[in-house]
Amino acid sequence: MSSSHSDLGTGAPDTSAPALFAEHVSKTFGGEKALSDVAFTVAPREVHGLLGQNGSGKSTLIKILAGFHAPDTGATLQVFGRPVPLPLAPGQFRGLGLAFVHQHLGLMPSLTVLENLMLSELATRAGAYINWARERQRAREVFARFDLDLDPSAKVEDLPQVERALLAIVRAFDDIRGERAAHDTPGILFLDEPTPFLPKEGVSQLFGLVRGIVDEGASVIFVSHDVDEVLEITDRATILRDGRVAGTLETANALYADFVELIIGRRIEAFQAKAHDLRGAEVDVAVSGLTGGTVVDLSADLHPGEVLGLTGLIGSGFDEVPYLLFGASRAVSGTLKIHDKSYDLHDISPQRAMEGGIALLPGDRLGSAGVGDLTLIDNITLPVLSSFHGLTGLKRRAMRRRTSELGREFDVRPNVPERELESLSGGNQQKVLLAKWMQTSPSLMLLDEPTQGVDVGARQQVFEAIRDVAEQGAAVICASTDYGQLAAICDRVLIFARGRVVRELVGSDVTKDRIAEQTVLSLALGNQGEAGTTGHSTEQVHG
Amino acid sequence: MAEGTEVSAKEKGVDWLLVLEKYALILAWIALIVVFAFVAPSSFLQWPTFSSIIFGSQAVLVVLTLGLIIPLTAGDFDVSVAAVLTFSAMILAVLNAKMGLPLWQAVLACLAMGLIVGFLNAFFIIFFRIHSLIVTLGTASVIQGLILWISSSQTLSGVSPGLIDWVIVNRLFDIPLAFYYAMALGVIIWYVFEFTPIGRRLLFVGRGREVARLSGISVVRVRGVALVASSVIATLAGIINVGTTGGADPLSGLTFLLPAFAAAFLGATSIVPGRFNPLGSIIAVFFLVTGITGLNFLGVDTFVQNMFNGAALILAVSLSQLVRGRKEQGLT
Repeated sequence: MSSSHSDLGTGAPDTSAPALFAEHVSKTFGGEKALSDVAFTVAPREVHGLLGQNGSGKSTLIKILAGFHAPDTGATLQVFGRPVPLPLAPGQFRGLGLAFVHQHLGLMPSLTVLENLMLSELATRAGAYINWARERQRAREVFARFDLDLDPSAKVEDLPQVERALLAIVRAFDDIRGERAAHDTPGILFLDEPTPFLPKEGVSQLFGLVRGIVDEGASVIFVSHDVDEVLEITDRATILRDGRVAGTLETANALYADFVELIIGRRIEAFQAKAHDLRGAEVDVAVSGLTGGTVVDLSADLHPGEVLGLTGLIGSGFDEVPYLLFGASRAVSGTLKIHDKSYDLHDISPQRAMEGGIALLPGDRLGSAGVGDLTLIDNITLPVLSSFHGLTGLKRRAMRRRTSELGREFDVRPNVPERELESLSGGNQQKVLLAKWMQTSPSLMLLDEPTQGVDVGARQQVFEAIRDVAEQGAAVICASTDYGQLAAICDRVLIFARGRVVRELVGSDVTKDRIAEQTVLSLALGNQGEAGTTGHSTEQVHG
Repeated sequence: MAEGTEVSAKEKGVDWLLVLEKYALILAWIALIVVFAFVAPSSFLQWPTFSSIIFGSQAVLVVLTLGLIIPLTAGDFDVSVAAVLTFSAMILAVLNAKMGLPLWQAVLACLAMGLIVGFLNAFFIIFFRIHSLIVTLGTASVIQGLILWISSSQTLSGVSPGLIDWVIVNRLFDIPLAFYYAMALGVIIWYVFEFTPIGRRLLFVGRGREVARLSGISVVRVRGVALVASSVIATLAGIINVGTTGGADPLSGLTFLLPAFAAAFLGATSIVPGRFNPLGSIIAVFFLVTGITGLNFLGVDTFVQNMFNGAALILAVSLSQLVRGRKEQGLT
């Protein structure tokens, strides 16, 4: 099996036509070019990596091939030598022998392995009778062919994450068996970031399956953030940057640094983290030993007025921290000290967190942060209702006045307290929800992706509002994958990999490029850390 | 910067469609009265028809509906309310008429039963995370069994005449006192919904449980209180039912369930459209009762009651969907 790597790395195809050939692919969203003139070629029996940062155009390219987006005119596509007119109709990809596995896998947890395997067939097949015995037999044969130890009668929710991923991949490949036979094409499988939530052993199991699928003659397109994984599994890789092809590398002849250079656009210098100069500032908020979810043993000290950014690749756990600190999801252990009060993070509840002066603005704006079909008054006054309770009940007029005042202060447009929250634009909704929490004058403000889905103008206002809270003496923790935003508002940024902090950026290092670069490198940094490099943890002890 | 950003609702002019939507149910009620007045002027359009039948005898349904909208607002269904009502009536009749206990002791026993049923409902719904519809369907069936057991499937009469006097016999403006009890409860619930933090919390728990939780609301407590409240109010409805009919029978109370739901959902299309609200619910009860009473006067068979209530429920829910759909279109 390992031979496939070196054989194909030379790039000499045994059939004349490439498996996939796309050229002049551009896509414009409202004046912004998400992709411009991209060319993309995948050889038969090749594992081809597709890399790039968030916003580089990876997802757009895949969505064009899956028929979700129509490309700008001028694009051409060939699949196994046959020209295919663009745009593709939704669902047409299957007829071409293309199969997609998305990160969320698309499995139904409460159904059995067999039912999940047959899902697309059950959805479309006519007929009055399902021969379960025969289907089970067929499933066993499919699993046996790829050396998988899956029980067709097991429920998917009882499977470990690795086996779910394996099942989703086998299913995608199995779904196109009819097309592969009918058109005599070997098929192309897209794996869109299948690995971030898998443990190391799981990843190698998944790679075994990918090689098995290549042995059947198919090509695999492997989308990932993890350069190490790309080095291990792919034959070649295409790197996108800012909507253009930054380069295509033969994996066997490429170095880790070559990939990183293409991804972020410049070579990286040896990095020496600067110690954080505390200048004897008092510590206001101290997190120590926080473990829970993906997060392992996080410790961080914050000073009044400091904005701390948390970031990392998807699955690294940074985005869980605000919820763990607020008690919105339960931590295994850890303590949080605010001023002189100490909280056990295993026991903290949203109520206790609020009493302690903590506020959380969740990322899911209309799911967790505010109720869309209730008015601005209702949404804004929710955390401070008791303060509006007079002798004769709620003082409705005072509530309206407060909403109107806060709306003016945060420049909510239109500032009509009676309007329903969902009738405002994303940016104005976010200003309302920020106002909701800032009126409580929190000592610690927790934010998760505060400007996601916020228009450019409002984005700046949200930044200003966050800086204002900090200036009023609050400590702010902001989890985000938007490096520009982190650079704009943060004094310090912690980068996570596999649940641990692997890098701390301070002062002049808090720039968009520096954060992007260190995030791309984070998995490698994490591996160093596991090997025993303790340089980072000493940095943290200062506080 | 302050100028111009504030847009007063008045400046935009009155949105007649919204006004119409708010009062459509009242207009429909008036229309219904007018139609019956024309068709059966001699029998229908008489004050006793309204004072006794429509306002007086249906206080039970008003009280039951008012209790029901509390858990509905918090996002939980309580289909055990009609069973609790019947059980409460039967406990009262058994303790007071059969065993000779004083009325106040029997009433206390009823209220205690309401508390227990509410707690049990809340316990299974919240602690085991079972859908409220399933749990309360189960408790309703258990309670029906208990009713048949303690009553030996017999109708009981002979409760203290004091209760009957204070529910249906004594009148103010020729309307039985039961009507005023129901209105008083309506005012209390209106006050709680509109003017207390509890009412707001109830609303947030129903609309966005996660938002409520992350805003520091104890979702468990709010849902629990709502379920206990609906059970206790259902026992009050049972007590009023005994006062209205002079006894308790093991089955007839159960027929209140569908009209109560129909009135709750129909009420949610008016006054405060899109929200379960007490005033809307009360008007909805009178609308339904007027329709059924009018049809009875026309000599239509009683099975029409079921059809009328059922159709009203489906119509009400469809209307509220339409209201929502129109709003969504208005935004884009």
